[in-house]
Amino acid sequence: MSRRSLCGSLRFGLLATLLRGFFVMQFSDKRNRLKFWLVLAALLLLPFITDALLGRSWVRIVDFAMLYIMLALGLNIVVGYAGLLDLGYIAFFAVGAYCYALTGSPHLALAFPMMFPAGVHLPFWIVLPMAALVAGGFGVLLGAPTLRLRGDYLAIVTLGFGEIIRIFLNNLDAPVNLTNGPQGISRIDPVSVAGVSLNSTQHIFGIVFPAVHLYFYLFLAFTALVVFVSRRLERSRIGRAWMAIREDEVAASAMGIDTRNLKLLAFAMGAMSGGASGALFAGFQGFVSPESFSLMESVMVLCMVVLGGMGNIAGVIFGAILLALLPEVLRHIVVPAQQALFGRTLVDPESLRMLLFGTALIVMMLYRPAGLLPSRVRRRELGADEPAAETSVYDATH
Amino acid sequence: MLRTSRIGKKFGGLSALSDVTLHIQRGEIYGLIGPNGAGKTTLFNVLTGLYQPSAGEFQFNGAHYRAGKPHVLARAGIARTFQNIRLFANLTALENVMIGRHVRTRAGVFGALLRNRATRDEERAITERSRELLSYVGVGKSGQTLAKHLSYGEQRRLEIARALATDPLLLALDEPAAGMNATETASLKTLLQTIRGSGITVLLIEHDVKLIMGLCDRVAVLDYGRKIAEGVPEQVRKDPAVIAAYLGGGDE
Repeated sequence: MSRRSLCGSLRFGLLATLLRGFFVMQFSDKRNRLKFWLVLAALLLLPFITDALLGRSWVRIVDFAMLYIMLALGLNIVVGYAGLLDLGYIAFFAVGAYCYALTGSPHLALAFPMMFPAGVHLPFWIVLPMAALVAGGFGVLLGAPTLRLRGDYLAIVTLGFGEIIRIFLNNLDAPVNLTNGPQGISRIDPVSVAGVSLNSTQHIFGIVFPAVHLYFYLFLAFTALVVFVSRRLERSRIGRAWMAIREDEVAASAMGIDTRNLKLLAFAMGAMSGGASGALFAGFQGFVSPESFSLMESVMVLCMVVLGGMGNIAGVIFGAILLALLPEVLRHIVVPAQQALFGRTLVDPESLRMLLFGTALIVMMLYRPAGLLPSRVRRRELGADEPAAETSVYDATH
Repeated sequence: MLRTSRIGKKFGGLSALSDVTLHIQRGEIYGLIGPNGAGKTTLFNVLTGLYQPSAGEFQFNGAHYRAGKPHVLARAGIARTFQNIRLFANLTALENVMIGRHVRTRAGVFGALLRNRATRDEERAITERSRELLSYVGVGKSGQTLAKHLSYGEQRRLEIARALATDPLLLALDEPAAGMNATETASLKTLLQTIRGSGITVLLIEHDVKLIMGLCDRVAVLDYGRKIAEGVPEQVRKDPAVIAAYLGGGDE
């Protein structure tokens, strides 16, 4: 057996295990199973439907929305489960993206022409886990000094860390040109799966799959993985310990929970998801530069989590889709509408976006403070209670 | 079982504890009383690792401890409740107790992700044991109720169940009867006797003198951070220093 096929079968074995687990956990009864297949079919057809109804550019927008879902789910582990307010989360996205960019582009030839005359071009299946691990490492590194901080103080320090990473990326073009500074790194290798570059149109069974469609399926697979990981963690000993820390850190440590390790674990798990998402972003985009990783992006991802419903996976996904699509929808509606009404564009869609976004947040905080789809816990926290006889997750899964 | 030697704790210039030397024997119910502000809770916080003592050290189950690391002491077998109840308010009663099992279980990230047989068995054991404990302390019917919606007495009991879930050798209770009515206090007394009967040593801070006298094997009295008396309840009650501390001795 060649190395490649061994690798492949291992990968498939793991995938099969995960899929089976997902299936058993969620869709064990018949009606749910039907629902699962329907959802899966809808998701698989989504790029084609989007393409037919709205055009190719929208498939790209949907692809970006998937990346945001992964980011938001990662941040949800830190903020929603462990209750650690992180305002610098986009830094891990940046770390993942630059990991991929450096190890999958000709760029390093500039900095180290002797060592890498053609740059570094590692395969995707190596780079992606590496990017996730490096980002996870950064998660621990940045988490460690903040362990004694809570709430506002934690938010300020993480905000600072996020900016530090961005500024480093912006300035590390000298003395050694590691990141190419504000110009960013371009000509990044596209993701290729099993020798097939996703940056090309593929014909499979007579169906044409353009590049954006192929990336959609790749992102879908990874999003499913992140959802799976989040769900499993949420309903485990680790997840309970995180929630204990969120509820009362002193009591949690008095009950024997090593709050230091578990907080670091939350930072690491969240950062890994961000890093993987960043690597996918770099491969998809073919270009990374520091300006993609501004504080505003961290705020956006946090808003996705809060708006959708902190701690609730479905809510977070919903929030991410909503906020990722909103600016695009505005761009496509606002400009033509103004043209039709006034004959020219009075308000730039970008500024309108911030206005609407701010209004939406205020309205949300007033009327639905727990998010659009609140988690079981947040719902209770904010008073809207269901009867005590609700079934617990533990009953449902045993 | 627990032996403290000359423990002191200063907050700035204030000496909250000085030279406290106690010896708690295995299997007894040991009472800690004293007027408000005498340093009882401070001593508790030192023994459970929340505070680092400024002087002295203590020995628990044969090992020495000085540095404050609550989870280490919980693992070693000291479990506590809090004077102002500190449950995980927005989790259910059952979940609260399940979190108490954390320190005696092992599943990590990989266990959670793969949910293999060992992890599933462990989860089942955690749930079962937690249900048992809920019934044991008498809130078995409220497993799915949020901790914050339980009555005051039930919350106190739930906190005991959560502490028991850590399989403690020493159970430290900080004013468990505070705010309870006579009936609740009586059933708490029975519960504590049952717990002692199961081989767990109990350290009890309490203001309810009747409860202390009826329940404790030995009692220590703190006043202004110093131990002023120690012994069987009858003897301590007659101690002039104790009477002076409680009633204001004047100039003797």
